[in-house]
Amino acid sequence: MSQAAGGPDDGRAELGPPVVEAVDITKRYGSTLALDSASILIRSGETHALVGRNGAGKSTLVSILTGLQEPDHGQVAFAGRPAPPLSDRGAWRRRVACVYQKSTIIPTLTVAENLFLNRQARGRDRLIRWATVRREAERLLRDWSVAADVDQPAGTLTVEDRQFVEIARALSFGARFIILDEPTAQLDAAGIDRLFIRIRELQRQGVTFLFISHHLQEIFEICDTVTVFRDARHIRTAAVADVTPAELITAMTGEDAVVPSATRPAPPADAADLLTVDGLVTNTGAEASLRVRAGEVVGLAGGGGSGKVEVAETIVGLRRPAAGTVRLDGRRLRPGSVPDALAAGVGLVPQDRHRQGLVPMLSVGENITMTVPGRLRRRGFVSPARRDAFAERTIAELAIKTGGPGQPVSGLSGGNQQKVVLGRALASDPKLLVLITPTAGVDVRSKQNLLGAVHQVSARGTAVLVVSDELDDLRDCDRVLVMFSGRIVREMPRGWRDADLVAAMEGVDVGHV
Amino acid sequence: MSDTLITTGAPAPADGAPARRRLPALARLRDLVLVPAIVVIAVVGQVVNPVFLQGDNLINILQSMSAIAILVLAETLVLITGKMDLSLESTFGLAPGIAAWLVVDPAITHGLGVNLLDGGWGVPVTLLVGALIGAFNGLLIVRYGLNGFIVTLGMLIVLRGLLTGISGGSTFFGLPPSMTYLGSASWLGVPVSIWLCLVAFAVAIVALGFTTSGRALYAIGGNLDAARAAGIRTDRILWLTLIIASVLAALAGLLQAGRLASIPSGQGDGAIFQVFAAAVIGGVSLNGGKGSMFGAFTGVLLLFMIVNVLTLAGVPAQWTNFLNGAVILVALVLSRITGGKAQE
Repeated sequence: MSQAAGGPDDGRAELGPPVVEAVDITKRYGSTLALDSASILIRSGETHALVGRNGAGKSTLVSILTGLQEPDHGQVAFAGRPAPPLSDRGAWRRRVACVYQKSTIIPTLTVAENLFLNRQARGRDRLIRWATVRREAERLLRDWSVAADVDQPAGTLTVEDRQFVEIARALSFGARFIILDEPTAQLDAAGIDRLFIRIRELQRQGVTFLFISHHLQEIFEICDTVTVFRDARHIRTAAVADVTPAELITAMTGEDAVVPSATRPAPPADAADLLTVDGLVTNTGAEASLRVRAGEVVGLAGGGGSGKVEVAETIVGLRRPAAGTVRLDGRRLRPGSVPDALAAGVGLVPQDRHRQGLVPMLSVGENITMTVPGRLRRRGFVSPARRDAFAERTIAELAIKTGGPGQPVSGLSGGNQQKVVLGRALASDPKLLVLITPTAGVDVRSKQNLLGAVHQVSARGTAVLVVSDELDDLRDCDRVLVMFSGRIVREMPRGWRDADLVAAMEGVDVGHV
Repeated sequence: MSDTLITTGAPAPADGAPARRRLPALARLRDLVLVPAIVVIAVVGQVVNPVFLQGDNLINILQSMSAIAILVLAETLVLITGKMDLSLESTFGLAPGIAAWLVVDPAITHGLGVNLLDGGWGVPVTLLVGALIGAFNGLLIVRYGLNGFIVTLGMLIVLRGLLTGISGGSTFFGLPPSMTYLGSASWLGVPVSIWLCLVAFAVAIVALGFTTSGRALYAIGGNLDAARAAGIRTDRILWLTLIIASVLAALAGLLQAGRLASIPSGQGDGAIFQVFAAAVIGGVSLNGGKGSMFGAFTGVLLLFMIVNVLTLAGVPAQWTNFLNGAVILVALVLSRITGGKAQE
């Protein structure tokens, strides 16, 4: 690697020759044009952001850059030389690697074995020398400053450590160009900070990154250059220092950005408490007492491990509390009972939409109406006509992009899937809507749509609890309760400063001096 | 190989690395989970009847379990890759059954068999039939992507029916000496079937622990896509695993046939439940990617020791099935408690 020691500014390497250049790439899947004469150029040592809404062609570009698919048109070149043929996996692996959101780690095997899978050190007798494998793994992780025990099962790694084990594995093949596909989607704020520190460290060691993210502030924090794709086309490449977030959103959406500060009217001062949580102790030991009035949107913020998710899951009955009561509109909810919570009027957008939120093989209509079979019944049987009518209403209301209520939900984009989950939560006209990290893995525009829908719901007098550590989710809340190590430590009225909220989530008390 | 893995010298690690998080290496201890239970059963057995720990009785236990143990070994290979093969119990009967059908002389067996081949062909034909069944399973499951559970369930019934058909529902006897040798002879005072069983497990332990192909089974069962991405030829290994498992089932059937000097048309009928139970008790995950050969061996050993203790205690034979099932359930509960984790 021809790497200078680093620039004078923050130690980043100086930009070098192109690591990879893709020119005039076109790719079709059947009648869909996934990439339309798109180009990208990534220079050695930079961290290059690739942004675009769902369906802009990012994933197709990644699979072409990693040699999983061949473009119909156009060329890819690594360091000025044409890319190897698709069949030569080894050659691709020495040039580029992608860390996907979906793990390519085998959870039941140890970290060491994952690092050297299918190429374990062997002796003369062709038997694996585990001591050597372990030593090599330790050295590899040490060289790239990854602090993980090579003997632990990879399934016990944290998400960020898992990503770094995958990066280290890619580096061990000789690749110095790494694609990170939404690496922060499953991380909390502290995890993202640690990830960024390590990315910068690797940058100094001469590694080039292509960083794909939905979170614009992350791009401004970590990237040098940004490329915007929209509708299968390359729209713009610019130095990050030269663009504003609003310009980026405009480039991504093709329209002028509506900055989401359309302030919602505050709920009437005399609105009654709908949700009353008293002395709640979760089975993990987090404690919370809180009230949410009718029409009020309350944020519950906190980092990973702060207990915010546990508190929310306990309120909706997914977890059994160790103590305390939850009342909704005066009625006491049975502890740990989801059916009782549903009957009392709780709507939930759960944390992991793939695991708890959706049945991917079922249609949009079936998913939306899953919690309200009673309303669809005619003479004891579910009526498909009623179901579709109900689903059509929700689809129109939330502007879900789908072929119709009959389409399997697995065919929708992430943002639209999340809208289906929201539609399901709203299907029962809930008195209380609880959303846990509702915008994880959702693009900017869909995010605004989702939050807009939530605000409409609150205008109808529903109490809303937004559980998140995403500042954008919390910005329009009437109040934000901040949790830190299992306690609610602060309450912030609307209009807080970002730095204060982040500090409170990190347990730093800067606002109180 | 090791020195070429890291191509450019990376600079020394920065000092800001967080402290190492260490977990105790419990993984290896998981293999030994059943050992205390085995010791307890041995003590109980000794109290019930002092014969229990005598050499003859121990050999008796090992011999009675050797055929099923090899079947457990075969199933464990398949389970680790995340598939399952129910048809092994039918292969266990059919493979030696077809060999017997081809070699026995109808003149001395009241019309059973066709006497097409010389007696010396018995063993090769048995193993070949096993390999063909495994290859056919692989064709449907790996090549055409059919569901392994249903395919092998269908095969279980088809193969069982085939054995019943060729035998007319009766028992093959008058087997040639080559077919009974492995199941009945002894080396150094210990039956050959025990030697075979122990050697098979020893080989399997080494192969699964110390060869790239063996580790590939775990990788495939743990995360198929990741295994493929690591350059493992997943289809070929799955196919080979199914073939090896069926060949082992055929060998196990041969041991059983040799011990009894006959092959009833119901040989192996219902054995698959015991096989699965032994594997799961031994810590093999039905979801794939987890489990060890040693664990599987302790699982089957525990089951057979319990049955032996019950026999020595004079429990009537009519209660055997009931107790067998109960033992399996109790053993599952015990291993859930001692293993501490939900069985998958």
